[in-house]
Amino acid sequence: MAYDARFKVWRGDAESGQLCDFTVEVNEGEVVLDIIHRLQATQAPDLAVRWNCKAGKCGSCSAEINGHPRLLCMTRMSTFAEDETITVTPMRTFPVIRDLVTDVSFNYEKAREVPAFTPPQDVAAGEYRMAQVDVQRSQEFRKCIECFLCQDTCHVVRDHEDNKRSFAGPRFLMRVAELEMHPLDAADRVPAAQEEHGLGYCNITKCCTEVCPEGIHITDNALIPMKERVADRKYDPVVWLGNKLFRRDKR
Amino acid sequence: MTANVSETPRAPLPESAERAGRAQLPGKTLRTDRWWLQPTLTVAGLAVFVIYAGVRAFMGAYYWVPAYHYLTPFYSPCTTASCAPGSQHLGAWFGEFPAWLPYGIIALPFLLVFRLTCYYYRKAYYRSVWFSPPACAVAEPRAKYTGETRFPLIVQNVHRYFFYVAALLALLNTYDAIMAFHSPSGFGFGLGNLILLLNVVMLWAYTLSCHSCRHATGGRLRHFSRHPVRYWMWTQVSKLNTRHMQFAWITIGTLILADLYVMLVSAGAFPDPRFVG
Repeated sequence: MAYDARFKVWRGDAESGQLCDFTVEVNEGEVVLDIIHRLQATQAPDLAVRWNCKAGKCGSCSAEINGHPRLLCMTRMSTFAEDETITVTPMRTFPVIRDLVTDVSFNYEKAREVPAFTPPQDVAAGEYRMAQVDVQRSQEFRKCIECFLCQDTCHVVRDHEDNKRSFAGPRFLMRVAELEMHPLDAADRVPAAQEEHGLGYCNITKCCTEVCPEGIHITDNALIPMKERVADRKYDPVVWLGNKLFRRDKR
Repeated sequence: MTANVSETPRAPLPESAERAGRAQLPGKTLRTDRWWLQPTLTVAGLAVFVIYAGVRAFMGAYYWVPAYHYLTPFYSPCTTASCAPGSQHLGAWFGEFPAWLPYGIIALPFLLVFRLTCYYYRKAYYRSVWFSPPACAVAEPRAKYTGETRFPLIVQNVHRYFFYVAALLALLNTYDAIMAFHSPSGFGFGLGNLILLLNVVMLWAYTLSCHSCRHATGGRLRHFSRHPVRYWMWTQVSKLNTRHMQFAWITIGTLILADLYVMLVSAGAFPDPRFVG
């Protein structure tokens, strides 16, 4: 059943902007991105929005809907009351380019700061052998579509621009965890997690997990295990003594 | 169809955010749901527990039912000469305590810090007490944030030590619950035993579902395939770990229930319904 919905869409650029009111038709089965496209087609042809797959897999259409970091293409209109005014804004944490499009290059800079997979020196390429049970933890993190909603919602950088220098954010701490848990990665990533990527800034309030459209348990399966590994290394003299006495592999 | 610019009042942004070229959005949040409800309920729940536990810890009475050997978990182990005869399961290590000193002083600080440094409780009070942040996508009130990078919050990393002590104390609570199958004629079994057993089972579930336990059993390994027993343990703890928050709240409830029940029976408010003995 079609109805007319009230929308407030943020329009502007880095200099200025405001919420603009629209009344727009909504049809059964549509998602918020459909409505944004209808706005472009009927009322605001110059409205900027980044999108690609419309299937929740490309991570392009991240924005905030009624203040919640969400994918526009995965937010069904049926989740809102027909008389509700729906507010669509760009992600708060990143510089805005125009309208709903933000500059997410912060994330690519942070990605480059994480050293790539480092294979062991004594195993030639093509000879890597891993048990499924050893790689399955890392595989959960590979579901990430890099929508950067976790980075957007994390209060460490959302509310504190200054922390962007020293905090990689949940997505890239998860990347560090993915490699640290990888059975063939030879690099030692624990000290860097704390000292270079800012793991200590995370106060495990789980907002990254709450907004993840892929349902990755970022906090429980990546961030807290990394915090425990840092505690092993830096704050646990019993583990340190055990490693020294029994000459065991720290990992 | 219409389009016009709304007159939404715009809150001033922090200078740093404006410098960064962010969209100048109004207000601390645009969330329209009741985001304040969860932190409010959390504060209320934590406050009830802290006040109740504080009052009971300092009460120094109604913690032991001599006829059935019911001992409240808040007074276990009772290791002072002030403790009622029979309640000192580990013996009397100390002389008489002054009235202001809790009889359970040996265990209570460890249990308090175990919960204070627990990854779930940290989330709960960072959000609801410290507003850091009060809810997802709701701005926190402070201009600076350093998280757990420096003192005092860097001390949260001691959680694992308090987990070890909490596991020992859970063993002791188990012993207390077993010793409570007692009546003046020998073996006995009443409603109080069910409540104490329920509390102990939930305490084990909370303690074993701890993230530090998950790490110690197998999480720290890189090759599960080389450690099948530890991998199995990690798998079981991981299943419990997904419900760590629920166990954290359930144990608050069972601790209060067990203590309240022992207090009321001890005070003679009602007799313990007995199934045997």
